[in-house]
Parts: sequence; structure tokens; C-alpha cells
Amino acid sequence: MEFAFSDEQTMIAETAGAFFAENATSERTRKAMANDGIDRALWHGFCQELGLSGIGLPESGGGAGLGMVELAVIAEAAGAQVAALPMLGSLAQAAQAIAAGGSEGQQAEWLPRLISGEAIAGYFHDAALQADGDRLTGGSRFVTHGTSADLFVVTNMRQVWVVRADAPGVSVTPQTSMDQTRPLAHVRLDNVPGERLPDPAAALAAAHRAGFITAAAEALGGAQACLDRTVAYSKERIQFGRPIGSFQAYKHRLADMMVEIEQARSAVYWAACAIDEEADEAAMAVHAAKSFATDTYFRCAGDMIQLHGGIGFTWEHDAHLFFKRARSLQTMLGSGDWHRERIAAMILGEAA
Amino acid sequence: MKLGFSPQDELFRQECADWLNGQMAGEFRDIKGVTKLTGSPERRKEWEQQLAAHRWSCIGWPSQWGGREATLAQQVIFAEEYARAGVPGRVNHIGVELAGPTILTFGTEEQKQRFLPGIAAGKTIFCQGFSEPNAGSDLASVRTKAKLEGDEWVVNGQKIWTSLAHISDWIFVITRTEEGSKGPKGLTFLMMPIDQPGIEIRGIRQINGDAEFNETFFTDARCSADSLIGAVGDGWRIAMGLLAFERGVSTLGQQMGFRNELDEIIAAAKANGAANDPLIRQRLAKAEVGLRLMRYGALRMLSQTDHSRIDGAALTYKIQWASWRRNLGELAMDVLGQGGEISDHAEYEWDTLPNLFLFSRSDTIYGGTNQIQRNLIAERGLGLPREPRGTA
Repeated sequence: MEFAFSDEQTMIAETAGAFFAENATSERTRKAMANDGIDRALWHGFCQELGLSGIGLPESGGGAGLGMVELAVIAEAAGAQVAALPMLGSLAQAAQAIAAGGSEGQQAEWLPRLISGEAIAGYFHDAALQADGDRLTGGSRFVTHGTSADLFVVTNMRQVWVVRADAPGVSVTPQTSMDQTRPLAHVRLDNVPGERLPDPAAALAAAHRAGFITAAAEALGGAQACLDRTVAYSKERIQFGRPIGSFQAYKHRLADMMVEIEQARSAVYWAACAIDEEADEAAMAVHAAKSFATDTYFRCAGDMIQLHGGIGFTWEHDAHLFFKRARSLQTMLGSGDWHRERIAAMILGEAA
Repeated sequence: MKLGFSPQDELFRQECADWLNGQMAGEFRDIKGVTKLTGSPERRKEWEQQLAAHRWSCIGWPSQWGGREATLAQQVIFAEEYARAGVPGRVNHIGVELAGPTILTFGTEEQKQRFLPGIAAGKTIFCQGFSEPNAGSDLASVRTKAKLEGDEWVVNGQKIWTSLAHISDWIFVITRTEEGSKGPKGLTFLMMPIDQPGIEIRGIRQINGDAEFNETFFTDARCSADSLIGAVGDGWRIAMGLLAFERGVSTLGQQMGFRNELDEIIAAAKANGAANDPLIRQRLAKAEVGLRLMRYGALRMLSQTDHSRIDGAALTYKIQWASWRRNLGELAMDVLGQGGEISDHAEYEWDTLPNLFLFSRSDTIYGGTNQIQRNLIAERGLGLPREPRGTA
């Protein structure tokens, strides 16, 4: 029975945890929020000094190999600090799609630059995308870190293309976004040339599973951070002559957070492990992980605000960073209801 | 990190499944699928002896005492296959999982010789005398008194919620042996034979109509002087050791039984069209996920090698499964609709799903209520201040 981290996985977790705790500070994240939502020094350090950006990507394309468990470990650590990085769109979605479904030429052109952090990719899906051959017209209002992207990986769920951000006909408009650590952009394509990936099914499958795992693991790290920070506060804050963490109404709410988080932890690593082992249950596990972990995060972030009282409602306190990130993770890549309906279809068949 | 059990463990699983399925298709097919805890008691005592005859009665025990020295993982596998095969719950669960390990850990050589062979053989059925009318969650306030008179302990008082006492041979009791003592001090752990004039058992009818629990009255009840486990005044330490067994592996395999319950609800939903209702679909999906997460939480506990730190999965497991199962009972009734509220039986008896709905209200109470669990999680898992103790 080895459903626990190996020594190597523990080491990655400790390294990544220390890196984000030291560098992805509230002060630096807030600076990034005032700009394009990317802490460039953090991104540089993550990709180049730490060398963790290639995890989950094949060594043939300049990646570090390893699998979804290690990717989850990294995302969990980043999520715990609400780090302002384009990890989800650029690495977990775009680079994964190119690595799994791109030609050798496309991989050689893009993967080393994405893994080194030199280039940033956005990823979006437009069901109504018009493709005249490989000339694309359409867009999305919800492209994460879209204003910072050098390229976009674009799909209509049948085909997948790479589009250069500087190609004629591409326009990118920043959106005032609730989660400023991962701001959204409106990307419009007007008869823009795309480079088709030769294996779209593989590209989509890879982008989906790595996207779900990254979102779920980030949520797990965030939820645990909400609990840890609230526990620390509850021991310091004195009211009625006692630490507020000694009141049973308060303790029980924290206990409930822990109960949910421990299940979210099982969900995330069950899913990551199932993908790495190519187990049949991976199909259900990714939906379970994405829906359960992001719901847990939202609940914990909401409780964090409530249990901090007035200070938790201020801009100055970090609670809102977690709360807004949690909300965006719940919505993106399919709502919890959508993921649960996928599971329902597996156990009940499609609804009549 | 890996998901599954080892290949050797899977071989062991096959061995368990083959034997259990063979029994449930053969000599003991009449008790297959009996879920009521008080159903077919005589046949289930025979089943205990059948388990023993094939060395399946106490697989985690040392081989010297009839066990197989099975690893934790193997014990969980056996529990999983046991539930999957539709075998009714063990009437000697308390003997095998609680009394036996307590005697093995804290008992003398003479006590091991006296009690273990009978438990292992499925012939000595034990029940547990801990709770009292005024000592529920607050177990340390027990009042049942024991006094040494000559070469016998004489016990007076009352225990409650003694599961299956009416079919048991022995009861272990926490008693107050130091006059005037309070709380965890002055308690002693005794083993008492049930068949004696000083012990009276009265069934407590539960909300599902069944009477699995009892009140047990002690009026000058007696046991021999050497029937105490540990020393006089050592009862609290023994009781806490025993509760650690209770919170241990014995519940990790039970999700396979829960699987059967959820599958029955899914089948009912498909049959009556509830499976097309989007809200029911959401709830069934949540139940499915919850069940899987219970299993992976259990696997995390089994994989833990560093037992020095308190593992979050272990600490949260009781409230997790109890709450999940209570919700499952409510979901079952919503799937069944009003038909779930009428029974085909002339007596006040219920089929599996309505019975699950009623019985599961106890899951969040026994073995530490959800409220007590939250205290434990907050205090042991999160390091928050302990609840203040009153002086009453």
C-alpha cells in the first residue's frame, strides 16, 4: 500500500512549498495584481532557477518528465500562496496540448520557450469558432492571462490550432476581472491564420486532464492555506477574555473545513495517480477532483472571511485573494454541476 | 504514490472472496443479505464458528491464538470482501475487534489462555459495557461501582447501549472502584459473565423497530477477583486503548457494504425514473464521489508509515463516513418517494433502504457523536484550546 508521497515527491513538495512561501508574498502578488497579474520575477524563478515548469511534460520536448502527481504537488504549493503565475493556461493547458497533439516541428518551436517561461500561452475554447480552412474567426471573453500571451492555443473541441498573438486580425482587450491574480482578457480573432495540431484528440485530452488536475490541486493548496491562516488567527485573537479559537462554534467550523480538505486531498491525488497509472477510473476521478476540491476551496475561503470578522472583509487582508481565486476556479473548466453530471452519466447513463 | 494494493494482497483478496462466496452460496446461503443486526442470531453464532473452523474469525491476531497475523491491509481486504459477498455483520465483532486486542495488549498470560481461545472459536460472544445513562459522550463520569469482597468483585449500577448483550456471554465494564473518585481516576476494567442472577438485560426499541441495544442492570453482580484487565484504578487507560482499536481498522473495510447500499439506490432510481431528475443525478453523483473518497482516505491511512504525526485522514474519517451515510439514507428516501414510507411487512419492519434511512441516524451518534468528533479534530488536529470542563 503506497498511496502516499514517495521520497522524491516529498522533496518536490518541500522545495516548491518553500519557494512559493518565500517568493509569492502578499506584497509581490499585489504588485502583480496592479499590472497584468504576473509576478515576472516569480515566473522567471519558477521556470529557470527552480526548473519545475517542465514537470508533467515529456523530456523529448524539453520537459522534466514525471507525471500528474508531481504536477499536482507543484500546483498545490502555488495555490497555497495564490501565486500570480500563468501556470494553468501556459503550461497545464497550452503546453500540454502542444506536447500531446503537436507535430515535432510545433513541439520544437514552442515547448522549450513555454517551459523556460520566455513565451506565455493563453488557451481558449470557442464552440462557435468559424474555421475557413485554417483561417479562424471567433474568440473568447475569458482567456486567462490573455494580455500577456505570445500565442494562443485555440479549439472548437474538434480541431486545435496555435495562433500567434502578433498575427494580423488578433485583438486582445484586458477585462476588469474579479480575480486579479489571474485576470481574464477578451481575445478576438478575425480571419487569423492558425497552425493546426495534427492530433487534436490527444491535445484536448491532455489539456483537459492537466487543466482539471492543476485547478483541483491549486484549490486544495488554497483551501488548506485558508484553514491554516484562520487557525493561526483564532489562537491570537482575544475576545471575551479568551482566544476566539476556544469557542465551540468557531472550532466546529474549522473542524468542518478540515473534514472537507482531507477529502479534497484524497480526490486530487486519487485523480492524479489514476491518470499516471492509466487506470479506468481516471475518467471519473478528474471530474470528482475538479468539482470537489474547488467547492471545498470556496467554502473554506468564505469561512475564512467569516471567521476573521471585519478584518477579513478588507482589501488589506489577504482573505479576498483566496476567496476570488476560489470563485474563479469553481467556474472555469466546467462548473461543479457540469462535472457531477458527467459522473452521473457514468453511473446512471445519460438522462432520458 | 500508487493507487492499488500489492499483487500479494490481491491474491489474498481472491482467497477471501472465493471462500466467502462459497459459503454464501452453500451451507450458509440462508443468512446471505441479512442486514438487520438482530436477524437470525442462532445461525449467525454458527457462522462465527464456521469462520473459526477455517481460521477466518480473527485474522489480525497472532497465529498462536488462532489468527493469521494478517497485515492492516489484509484485514481491510477481508472486511471489504466480507461486505461485498453479502455476509451479515459479525455478532462477535466486539469480541474479535475490541475485547481480544485489549486482552492481547493489556491482559496477563493466564487471561489470554482463559478468554482468547473462546473468542477465536466463535464461542465466547462479548459485548461492551461503557456508556451509562449519565455517562455518554462524557465517558469518564461513569458511576457503576465495583468493590472487592473476598475473592470476588461485586458490581452495582447500570450500563446502556450494550449492543447485542442479549445474545452475549461476557461483558467488559468500566467500573468505579475508588469511592469518591471523579473523572478518569479510580476506574477499573472488569470482564464479567452475563449469565448470572445479578445481571438483568432489557432491550431498547430503536426508531427502526429493531432492538439491537440494551440496558444492562447490575445488582450485586459478581466476577472473580482476577477478572480485571490491568491494575485497579487503571481502567481509563485500558478503555482509551480499546477505543483506539475501535477507531482503527475495523471501519476501514465497511465502504464495500456502503457500496451495496448505494448500488441499490442507483438501481431503484433507474427503475422508477428518478435517475432522470437532474437534482437526484447531482446527489447520486455526490454520493458516488463521497464513497470513492472514503476509500481513498482509507488507503491513505493504510499507507501511512510515520505514525508519530496525527494523520488528517484518520482524524476526520468517522465524521466523514457517518455524515455521508446519513445523507445517503435521506437520498434513498427521496429516490423511493412516498413508497419508501410504507412497508410490505405486517410488523414494523423495513427493507434495506428505509431501514438505512432510519438506522443511519445512529451513525452520527455512536462511537463519538459528530459534535465530539469536531472537538477532537479541532483540538488534536488543529491544536485549538480544549473544551473547558465543568465542576458539576
